[in-house]
Amino acid sequence: MRAFSQLLDGLVYTRSRNGKLDLIADYMRRAPDPDRGWALAALTGNLDLKAVKASAIGEMIRDRTDPVLFEMSRDYVGDLAETVALLWPKAEDQPPEIDDGSLTLSAIVDRLQGVSRAGAPAALAQMMHHLDASGRFALLKLATGGLRVGISARLAKTGFAQAFGLDVDDVEQVWHALSPPYAALFDWAEGRCERPDPAGTPHFRPFMLAHPLEADSVDLSDYAAEWKWDGIRVQIVGTGQETRLYSRAGDDITGSFPDIAGAFSGHAVLDGELLVKGEFQGAKEHGGAAASFNALQQRLGRKAVSAKMMVDYPAFVRLYDLLLEGDEDVRALPWTQRRARLEAFLPTLDPTRFDLSALIDAPDFDTLADIRAGARDAAIEGVMLKRRDSPYVAGRKAALWYKWKRDPLTADCVMMYAQRGHGKRSSFYSDYTFGCWTEDGELLPVGKAYSGFTDEELKWLDRFVRTSTVNRFGPVREVEKTLVLEVAFDSIHDSKRHKSGLAMRFPRIARIRRDKPPHEADRIETLRRMIA
Amino acid sequence: MSAQHWIEPHPTGIYVRPADAWIDPSTPRDRALVTHGHADHARGGHGHVWATRETLAIMALRYGTASGTAVDYGEEMRIGGVTIRYVPAGHVLGSAQIVLDHAGERVVVTGDYKRRPDPTCTPFEPVPCDIFVTEATFGLPVFRHPDTGSEVDRLLGALHAHPDRCVLVGAYALGKAQRVITELRARGHRDPIYIHGALERMCALYQDFGVELGELRAATGVPAKEMRGHIVIAPPSALNDRWSRRLPDPITAMASGWMRVRQRARQKNVELPLVISDHADWDELTDTIAELAPTETWITHGREEALLHWCMTRQMRARALALVGREDEDEG
Repeated sequence: MRAFSQLLDGLVYTRSRNGKLDLIADYMRRAPDPDRGWALAALTGNLDLKAVKASAIGEMIRDRTDPVLFEMSRDYVGDLAETVALLWPKAEDQPPEIDDGSLTLSAIVDRLQGVSRAGAPAALAQMMHHLDASGRFALLKLATGGLRVGISARLAKTGFAQAFGLDVDDVEQVWHALSPPYAALFDWAEGRCERPDPAGTPHFRPFMLAHPLEADSVDLSDYAAEWKWDGIRVQIVGTGQETRLYSRAGDDITGSFPDIAGAFSGHAVLDGELLVKGEFQGAKEHGGAAASFNALQQRLGRKAVSAKMMVDYPAFVRLYDLLLEGDEDVRALPWTQRRARLEAFLPTLDPTRFDLSALIDAPDFDTLADIRAGARDAAIEGVMLKRRDSPYVAGRKAALWYKWKRDPLTADCVMMYAQRGHGKRSSFYSDYTFGCWTEDGELLPVGKAYSGFTDEELKWLDRFVRTSTVNRFGPVREVEKTLVLEVAFDSIHDSKRHKSGLAMRFPRIARIRRDKPPHEADRIETLRRMIA
Repeated sequence: MSAQHWIEPHPTGIYVRPADAWIDPSTPRDRALVTHGHADHARGGHGHVWATRETLAIMALRYGTASGTAVDYGEEMRIGGVTIRYVPAGHVLGSAQIVLDHAGERVVVTGDYKRRPDPTCTPFEPVPCDIFVTEATFGLPVFRHPDTGSEVDRLLGALHAHPDRCVLVGAYALGKAQRVITELRARGHRDPIYIHGALERMCALYQDFGVELGELRAATGVPAKEMRGHIVIAPPSALNDRWSRRLPDPITAMASGWMRVRQRARQKNVELPLVISDHADWDELTDTIAELAPTETWITHGREEALLHWCMTRQMRARALALVGREDEDEG
């Protein structure tokens, strides 16, 4: 387990992509079988230990620590598994803070695959005693799925390919014909057998991405314009027998979206935006509306999705591009031809689950700019510009595709409450609720933001919160109403959820206005006038 | 507790009324009793300072000359009817707890302290007392510092695995830097160690007081390739600064108790977090309170809520003091 927990630590702390690849490659060359196969499964999100739920961790720690101290620790650390890993009290007869080397990764996987849901907490606890803090963290992450070490499935496969001098796309092609711990894959990689037969397996192709538009204009005879939808990019890979969905990073998200995968039986590879049905962004004149990203988020990151979820948040895909039709790879064709083939392909699809990303009809760039500015009401983020002769190529290539986002609105607001963040910002007070003034001089919350500031500004804000706290409500601190924050947001809407009657879209901290006295912050009515 | 009529916690320090003196005041005072040289405890501009010889030397280095009385560990003195003694705190060179006896009661103010061995300073001396005023920098049960030797071994392991790079260790200029150097020497590392200009005078001061640091070289003005395969020590603020660009492909390390929490290390762009602290960890804090069994514990700076809760669940009287300006995180 030690080699694996050190690999995870290394991946967490190493910044460069090449550094991460070296770590993965090094591990894949050195670790014994079948440990490395299980590690590869864990890194690519293909290790599913169904018996262990996050609640098992809670249950396991409950009898062993003071609940108040545990909650304070968790609030500080920001991550359940890490908190438990750090404060785990080892048994009297176990060496302190040392991985005693008695557990291999494969022994752990065997044990957890064999355990019942009721037996999981005891099994985990027994193993925790033999590990150090890094090992305990790795165990808990492994057991509950989702390592969250900042790497995608694609990067893990690239590291594996690098270890044995293979092409990652060759690995990708055979990948879905194999299952953990991938004995055949390692046999092939180390020259002990022929390449496994990938025939008919639906595999991922890298996405084409866009640069932000920096030029003042482009010629619309060279570029086509589409709306920029706020969902997640998705690749639909169908072989005729089987369909899979991949996220931008190459993660297989088929399990979260059986409603989409089940509605597609074609033999093709398509690129589109995964959205939830609704009215929040866009309207009929934009080629159809969709719910907010927030609605989509309810469906993301789930291993299994309930029938109710699918009814409450029905998903669909707005199609952008066609990569393969049948066995024919059309990625080298110009965009205009791929678009024509996509339009011809569309009628074969279930119209409740698939529609086409509409093209924006504008005679020239100035008109397009007006149309884009007018789309603020429709809560659309911006516009995509695609070179009409562009092939479909992996990654961002200069001058082929551009994203052209709208300029944000801003308002001066007063910080009211703060809460600690998660992930990179854990233990810092980084989530801020801010308000504006009513006619009667009352401050009402108008939004919440947790981004936009630099690391230096975050440190300053955190200190401000700690030294200006006037009240505590659990993890939330109320602060003195003295600090003005300039908040940027994409648009603002009526909302029944907030007392102010307003809801901002994509609020973020644009600037800290230490120079501005709080009574000079904006009034609710000023914000209300920004509702388009 | 009756001692409360002669000793008063204020946001700007602890006031000892009969002596008319402040302990670690954060604003200039006529009479200051200073536990140790870190900037959040030792400020400039006081009228008269009582501190250990080492602490006075550190303050002189940082703030120019100050009028002060050098106090030896264990030496008793009387100021305004209060008997005062400085005993070792084991935090950094010259660090002291201040033991105050008055009206049949004893108060101990720890300043900052730790219980594990540190070759650069005299070990903590437990003094039973009525009121124990403790720090709580790492006052959460997630903070359990591992064995220092194993952390230093990880540092040396990274150094030897990458002979073409250097390891840049972020360490607070007073205490941590010298401790890391002596711990490296204790693990048999004899090579020259390169130091940032901001550490030079403090290292020289430690050497003057007899702390062996081995061969140190200035990291400034040296060609990058000369530092390949070597350890470079700099204050934490220099890690992500332009200064570090001169180094040969550095592996960024940081020696601090905060490094126990991985997102903390990531926030600072640290690749090699080393959990080496000059503060007591959770076990040391709670063991010390249990060992001294004071009538009342006052908790100064850090995560005081958790330690307060721990005391309460054991029916021990405790209160949290809100002192301003404490806890410079680089110090952890």
